[in-house]
Amino acid sequence: MRLRWFPLLLAGALCLALLFLTLPIAAIFLQVGPGELIDRLGDPQATDALRLSLITSGIALVLILVVGTPAAYLIATRRFRGRSVVITAIELPLVLPPAVAGIGLLAAFGPSGLLGGAIEDAGVRLVFETAGVVVALTFVASPFYLRQAQAAFEAVDPTWLQASRTLGSGEARTFARVAIPAAMPGLAAGTALAWGRALGEFGATLVFAGSFQGITQTAPLAIVELFGSDFTAALALSAVLVAVSAALLLSVKLVIGRGAGSRATEPILDASR
Amino acid sequence: MRPRALLLSGAAALALWAGGCGDDDDSGESGESGDELTVSAAASLTDAFPEYGETIDGEERFSFAGSDELAAQIRQGATPDVFASANTTYPDDLYDEGLVEEPAVFTRNQLVIAVPADSDLESIDELTEPDLDVVIGAKGVPVGDYTREVLGGLPRTDSAAILDNVRSEESDVKGIVGKLTQGAADAGFVYESDVAAAGDALRAIELPSDLEPEVSYGIAVVSDAANPDGAEAFIDGLLAPDGQRILEDNGFLPAQPG
Repeated sequence: MRLRWFPLLLAGALCLALLFLTLPIAAIFLQVGPGELIDRLGDPQATDALRLSLITSGIALVLILVVGTPAAYLIATRRFRGRSVVITAIELPLVLPPAVAGIGLLAAFGPSGLLGGAIEDAGVRLVFETAGVVVALTFVASPFYLRQAQAAFEAVDPTWLQASRTLGSGEARTFARVAIPAAMPGLAAGTALAWGRALGEFGATLVFAGSFQGITQTAPLAIVELFGSDFTAALALSAVLVAVSAALLLSVKLVIGRGAGSRATEPILDASR
Repeated sequence: MRPRALLLSGAAALALWAGGCGDDDDSGESGESGDELTVSAAASLTDAFPEYGETIDGEERFSFAGSDELAAQIRQGATPDVFASANTTYPDDLYDEGLVEEPAVFTRNQLVIAVPADSDLESIDELTEPDLDVVIGAKGVPVGDYTREVLGGLPRTDSAAILDNVRSEESDVKGIVGKLTQGAADAGFVYESDVAAAGDALRAIELPSDLEPEVSYGIAVVSDAANPDGAEAFIDGLLAPDGQRILEDNGFLPAQPG
């Protein structure tokens, strides 16, 4: 008897989770027909928002990769005092409510924030500017990449790195030619997670950068604004975001499928799915 | 392992199907527990309504957001007991659609220009100066629509210059207030009651009386309300002298002019 109810319980739990997670996404596509969807996407507010979302999340992603990859490599391969504190500090934004992130960004980089004067003196404007959106996206999305990249580098067999060094390659060369290729599937997974998070960002952007069509109004902000006035248009834009995110997830799975040789990163991606 | 996995996924599929058939049961709305009252209210009522709620019987659950969002939720089938909007358009529209009972005007407000307390700005004309950062409500949000009404009453070049200074269109009035209190913006169009609620942080610049829009708040019992009696009592109390006094204490104007 024992063996019969437990599998059922597991199956029940899985199916509950599956239903709960897929129904809202399915509903978006069921409520808006393909013809209407394409129709609404001609709306300049929607196209502006989508373009802005792709540009800002793209720039944020480049920043995250360029700074995050070496930073994660350092954390993964060195033991130093305060390492766990550093890791915790990097992970903290993961559990921060987005609105809190926005308020923190204002308090740090806003006109009357900690660094507000210095930023203004440098002639840079963040609040109400597209650059501010990039800052908000980078802040909320980078921990997703850093954490994943750290785990990916940690899973690289240290003897490979050692062998590379023994063969006369410098630190930098070892990092670029051995560590990064070996960790690639994990890095790709982290990239997708960070990108997805950046595309969906709402609260921090609204609080820190504001909402203005073509300048700071990303797709999620436009969706919320459209929700009040034009539900179908909000649905259509949502459908596009779902499609883009799904394409992201899928392309990463393809990348990882190709790099299946490096077994090291499989469990990491599993944890993230 | 294999047969077990097969069994599991078979069971999962079965349960998924069963769950799919039975999911009508989940659609029960919150707020059905006897005398609890759900109130969807304009963001500008964030301080006044809980204060009023303290003075009446029963438990209230408030949901504050832009009136347009709250109206959209009701159109999508949400059934709070009370809908309080920062204009009369949304309650009237929902009434025409049969989604709420006949609305009433329960208070009024004054649209003002809010500036940080230490600002030098004195009048709406100065908002045309270049390089000012102005924040307004988005289209469809009552405070945003009132603002566009005011700007529409200005000479075309002036309104164009002010719109050029607009840096953000917020989805509710509290978003505008936040940008101002954080020193991120130089001026914003909000209600007098919001300036009062912000304490010493903000100062209000009144609009010339010929530009001032008529800001009336409409309230209605939602047609499918779980607690229509409580909703009725909530609205009656709000229109009674005690309710009106609390609204006035929070910077609102009496429901009837004069």
